[in-house]
Amino acid sequence: MDFQISISGFVALYIFMLAAFAGWVIIGHVPAILHTPLMSGSNFVHGIVVVGGIYALLNASTVQEQVIGFFAVLLGAGNAAGGYAVTDRMLAMFKTSDHPATHTGHGKAARVKSIHAKKQ
Amino acid sequence: MLTLIEQIGIGAADLAAAFLFLYGLHRMSSPVTAPSGIFVAGIGMAVAVLASFLYAFGVGTAARLNLPVNIGLAVVALGLGGGAAWWSGRKVAMTAMPQMVAIYNGMGGGAAGAIAAVELFGNKTQGMTELIVTLLGAVIGAVSLSGSLIAWAKLDGVIDKPFRVKGQQACNALVMLATVAIGAYIVVGSADKAALLLAMPTTIYLFFGCALALGILMTLPIGGADMPVVISIFNAFTGLAVGLEGYVLQNPALMIAGMVVGAAGMLLTLLMAKAMNRSVSNVVFTNFGEAAKHKQGKIKGSLKPMQPGDAGIAMRYAASVIIVPGYGLAVSQGQGKLFEFVKVLQAGGVSVKFAIHPVAGRMPGQMDVLLAEAGVPYDLIVQMEDVNDQFANTDVALVIGANDVVNPAARTDKSSAIYGMPILNADQAKKVLVIKRGEGKGYAGIVNALFYAENCDMVYGDAQTVLIKMIEAVRGLNLPAVA
Repeated sequence: MDFQISISGFVALYIFMLAAFAGWVIIGHVPAILHTPLMSGSNFVHGIVVVGGIYALLNASTVQEQVIGFFAVLLGAGNAAGGYAVTDRMLAMFKTSDHPATHTGHGKAARVKSIHAKKQ
Repeated sequence: MLTLIEQIGIGAADLAAAFLFLYGLHRMSSPVTAPSGIFVAGIGMAVAVLASFLYAFGVGTAARLNLPVNIGLAVVALGLGGGAAWWSGRKVAMTAMPQMVAIYNGMGGGAAGAIAAVELFGNKTQGMTELIVTLLGAVIGAVSLSGSLIAWAKLDGVIDKPFRVKGQQACNALVMLATVAIGAYIVVGSADKAALLLAMPTTIYLFFGCALALGILMTLPIGGADMPVVISIFNAFTGLAVGLEGYVLQNPALMIAGMVVGAAGMLLTLLMAKAMNRSVSNVVFTNFGEAAKHKQGKIKGSLKPMQPGDAGIAMRYAASVIIVPGYGLAVSQGQGKLFEFVKVLQAGGVSVKFAIHPVAGRMPGQMDVLLAEAGVPYDLIVQMEDVNDQFANTDVALVIGANDVVNPAARTDKSSAIYGMPILNADQAKKVLVIKRGEGKGYAGIVNALFYAENCDMVYGDAQTVLIKMIEAVRGLNLPAVA
């Protein structure tokens, strides 16, 4: 068995096409009220670029590559950590009237109902 | 080369990360499940980052000697970048969220550009396709980095005016052409070294210089109220750049995450542009909001000022009130006082709702977040398409720091710059009250016919100060609370 990943030509295009479609459909379902956390959340997701940065830095053979690689990881880590911090903070703020101060399961059914009612 | 075990480790971790990102974003489609959604995505990120250190086992001979140093550098960079961003993300005020998101987004674009730079300087790409994809990702990432920084400066008030000169578009087009030309030159030069006039590293520096300049020049002329579109575009750009570099690094997790965000950003961009009845290229390439050159239909009526206290009491005696908050509310930091006023009204049995225009604020959905921060339950917040036919049955529409999004000229005046833009039908309410700092015009630079309408009264002053007076006036009535 070979687990070496090798993506070329059309396989890459298939991956891009399916991912773009998935993104479009998933985001299309997000209500406008959540658009800011959604944007910072998707901002967090492209923070995965830090993985590419780590790869580039570990494989750096010259000082120049080390310096640029260092910045790639620094910036990527900032993207990921910052995106997570602000998204998490914002999402914790959304409350309903029935149970303003809690995030527990109480009144969950009612909340879900009111959201579904709003969608229609 | 990586051994089988490391290949499986990295592969499985990245597969899990890609799934957790998609599932996490999916959970974000409802305010109830959204907090767990970001947590799920966070786990995906942690798994992928930890597994990426397995790459250390597969570095080539050239980098083998540097490995201990490189691992140390990676850990330091992770700690520094992650720590600083985490700290700033925890501290930043909610009103400053758009510029914060712009910064984080620029960092992602910069990281993608830096990865491309390592590939280019180290001459690591194999074949023409990979080289072209690397260059493409480099341009998009660099544009996103410098453009986001300009967007940050504008949102933060460091740059407070759109910068516009004659011939700007021609200049931007030239810089774009130069970037493409240098890119093509790198592709040719890498195949045939003799074709190069300049040394390769110099050419690569020039390439990145042009790309960064392009991002700056593109963003400088765009005005503040168009920022929801701009931030969405750069978010999509960074996603694309990450996806493309993912292909170069043969990492499907980067490809999937990048492209998902790219598509998401595009969708949001189109939604925002649609909410302004403008095309994306119109937002990016035209200088909107310059002194209105077109003729404006004559406006009948006059502005009728009203005291804050009287306005507050009028609302207390209404049966229903719909509040239209705009960016002006955020500027005066009046969200908290607004919710206090709403609670005073509710205690008197008044039915209160918030109506949000899609482009209210400086990024998509910003008003929703600001109201949520002030404690407003989200079931009181209604989006434009759901609330518009309710205005006609409403006693009072209270417009706070919003202007163009309630201008009825968008429906009626074909000569208006905002004609055709979907607006909130606040003018159809029995009574309209407008809290506004002065008689100035809105972002589009046009007079708002609503303010002159028969059923409209103006309450002048800073939103927060006015709201405090309104609360005092209603409390001063000493009316019994209605259950």
